[in-house]
Amino acid sequence: MKVALFIPCYIDQFYPNVGIATLQLLEKLGCDVSFPLQQTCCGQPMANSGFASMSKGCDLNFMKNFSGFNYIVAPSGSCVLHVKEHLHSDKHPDEAFLLRNTIYELTEFLTDVLKVENINASFPYKVGWHNSCHGQRGLNLSSMTEKMLPEFSKPEQLLKMVKGIELRKPKRNDECCGFGGTFCVSEEAVSVKMGKDRIKEHEDNDVDYITGGDTSCLMHLEGILRRKGSKVKTIHIAEILNSVL
Amino acid sequence: MSARENILKAIAMNQPELAELPVIDIASTIRYEDSYTQFKTVLESIGGKVELISDLTVLKEQLISDRLNGKFVVNTIETLGDVDEKAAFLSAFELEKVEKGYVKGTVGVAENGAVWIYESQMINRLVPFICQHLILVIEKKNIVDNLHQAYEKIDVSKEGFGVFIAGPSKTADIEQSLVIGAHGARSATIYVIA
Amino acid sequence: MAVKHADLAEKFIADEPRTNWHDETLWFVREKRDKAAHGLPEWEQLREWGSQIKNNTLSNLSNYLKEFEEKATANGIKVHWASDAQEHNEIVHKIIQKHGIQKIVKSKSMLTEECQLNEFLQHRGIEVVDTDLGERIVQFRKEPPSHIVLPAIHLKKEDVSATFHEHLQTEKGNNDPQYLTEAARQHLRNKFVESQLAITGVNFAIAETGGFVVCTNEGNADMGAHTAPVHIACMGFEKLIPKAAHLSVFLRLLARSATGQPITTYSSHFNKPRSNQEMHLVIVDNGRSKQLGREDFRNSLKCIRCAACFNTCPVYRRSGGHSYHTAVAGPIGSILNPNLDMKANADLPFASTLCGSCTNVCPVKINIHEQLWKWRQVIVAEGYVATSKKISMLGMSFVFSSPKIYRLMGKTARGIMHVFPFIINNKLNTWYKQREMPEAPKDSFRDWYLKNRKN
Repeated sequence: MKVALFIPCYIDQFYPNVGIATLQLLEKLGCDVSFPLQQTCCGQPMANSGFASMSKGCDLNFMKNFSGFNYIVAPSGSCVLHVKEHLHSDKHPDEAFLLRNTIYELTEFLTDVLKVENINASFPYKVGWHNSCHGQRGLNLSSMTEKMLPEFSKPEQLLKMVKGIELRKPKRNDECCGFGGTFCVSEEAVSVKMGKDRIKEHEDNDVDYITGGDTSCLMHLEGILRRKGSKVKTIHIAEILNSVL
Repeated sequence: MSARENILKAIAMNQPELAELPVIDIASTIRYEDSYTQFKTVLESIGGKVELISDLTVLKEQLISDRLNGKFVVNTIETLGDVDEKAAFLSAFELEKVEKGYVKGTVGVAENGAVWIYESQMINRLVPFICQHLILVIEKKNIVDNLHQAYEKIDVSKEGFGVFIAGPSKTADIEQSLVIGAHGARSATIYVIA
Repeated sequence: MAVKHADLAEKFIADEPRTNWHDETLWFVREKRDKAAHGLPEWEQLREWGSQIKNNTLSNLSNYLKEFEEKATANGIKVHWASDAQEHNEIVHKIIQKHGIQKIVKSKSMLTEECQLNEFLQHRGIEVVDTDLGERIVQFRKEPPSHIVLPAIHLKKEDVSATFHEHLQTEKGNNDPQYLTEAARQHLRNKFVESQLAITGVNFAIAETGGFVVCTNEGNADMGAHTAPVHIACMGFEKLIPKAAHLSVFLRLLARSATGQPITTYSSHFNKPRSNQEMHLVIVDNGRSKQLGREDFRNSLKCIRCAACFNTCPVYRRSGGHSYHTAVAGPIGSILNPNLDMKANADLPFASTLCGSCTNVCPVKINIHEQLWKWRQVIVAEGYVATSKKISMLGMSFVFSSPKIYRLMGKTARGIMHVFPFIINNKLNTWYKQREMPEAPKDSFRDWYLKNRKN
């Protein structure tokens, strides 16, 4: 299966290991992965700040890089949601529409397209899963506590295939961590408080790692964890699914 | 142009294309195996009391004894005893002293413990609210499972006023701690005639 | 902008134990809501019906309003129309003046808060007693409500005790909610029985019957309205619903969404004034018809004021209602208030992480978080954001539009950090105040890819 890998800008720049794990994982699962070399950013930082009008350059660049692939996969619920909801082109609206429906978040690609039932991975640690809002509520990667519908979770379904892992649920299973894009600086006090409260629940569970599908949430939580000198670490789900000890 | 015309004109100009009303399929709404038990459970969870009685004897005796003991009560139920028609003309200042109000309800709702009361069943609109203790009487056969069924049984515009009352007056405005007896009745006992 | 959510929130959070308490208390309400909703297998269907009925109402509103007015008038209710807050307040004032009334009680009405009726009347020498317990508490303290359903949720019982000691001469230091509520009961019952005029809000007005429904738990709306010789009910025009049968849908949703109760204690259906009573109903626009014309935002008018979006909002819970500096706080307030005053409320759509929980709990399915996103676009387009923000966004857009510049910036020890959203828009690196920076790796993913995969 031919797959184009979209590695969002902050992963490319700050968390290359998440990109590497994603690439290796997809290759292990038999995908023929291409990485279009001229990719940058999906445009979400501008759009969520009210400057969607300034994300045209990003849209154009994204389309240049990713047109023609059957599947685009990215290890970030948030960026995928942005492309799905907002990728826009005045010149090629049909092409934009097609791309919006071609892009997948990593875990949903694994469960829904590749229909993965076994993963050869081992991660013998206590792990807390962090539901990122855009993945969960935006992409419907798992059921939500607000809705009175049957429970499910695509990422947890995958994590349960990992040998040795011990998943521990936080008390509020789908509360936002407070990253929120520019919110994390424009509303710094609330943002950090939200992050601290998420961390407390995971610490109460005595986890070794907090994992999630969005590096942005993890970067925010990691920043707080490191500042307080916590022994809890963050790790992207792709790194767990790709880990062999 | 008057405010009325301005507003209606602006609305007519700005409202979207007509969207259809949904069909409310009442058959798909919740049903309980035992409506009475559900009614009782819910009401007791919101501070009410529920007594199942075979006939009105207990209540008649209670009313007689209240009156003998000089309690200020207002009875609005003919089948219980003398009806206090004068309540219609009492001021709030006077009614504020009412210890107990006896009021008949039309329909009980199992899903939420509410009882529908028409204005004519209160004699004075204030009675079920201002009395210290509220006694409501309904017939078991008039307990429906949910609010959709209740609205089918009543006609909300038949009289000048009507109300669903679910238990005693309450508030949680101080630190979310529940206190029974805010401004209205301090207790609500619902007698259900089998 | 005079006050900003972020600054007020920071002040609120400075008292961390109280913030924790506020968060946990409201989360408890959210959990009660979940439990109540779980009790109905048809919950999601009910939300859909609620949403569709409101969609229909908005789409045929001018006719429904005319129908309502006709029926209400036939019922003996005097119907008034007010284009804005000023007209609303003047109408109420005129009725008070006509009767030479002094003693006025008011039950909860967010509309009168929106119109600042109390202040308006106060300037004209007229005192209004708020009778909802929470509202009475904040009225004594000269504060606005911080929550549309739980007006005094920002206060602890010690605060209430001190306030009541001052105004109602309760025992100093007696913090028992039962005791304090009893004191308010005695105080307010005296106000009720001597009231000459009662003002109430409206939860639902029914086009088909010309009647309206008011919901309370305390019974304060009824105590006032059934005592006073004059009753004025005030409503925004979006309170309308087409038929009486639709009340079943909304009353099933309202209290469960608001507090987790199966229904409010009192759901009072007013159709006609009692004999010798005057009943007035004021229908208010105050920007609503404008909002109706905004395609992206008209759905906000479906709101039934349950405040479920407040209780679920992780930002609201940690910043308190007053940080929203408007009558209606929380997520719904943040999509309603920019319509009323875009400049003063330009900060509110940004006081959200766009997590989407508000949309999920909304009993009438308002797409709140999507509207927050859209308001951001409007506010930027209308020029209500700081120039510094615009410049940094331009910079970011420039870098990301050009792969070469993007990579060049990345080369210099990940110098690209400076264009990222978590570092821009501030002089002192706000991120770093309470968080470590991510550690810059030597190679970007692309660098690694070129070394390991390309060839």
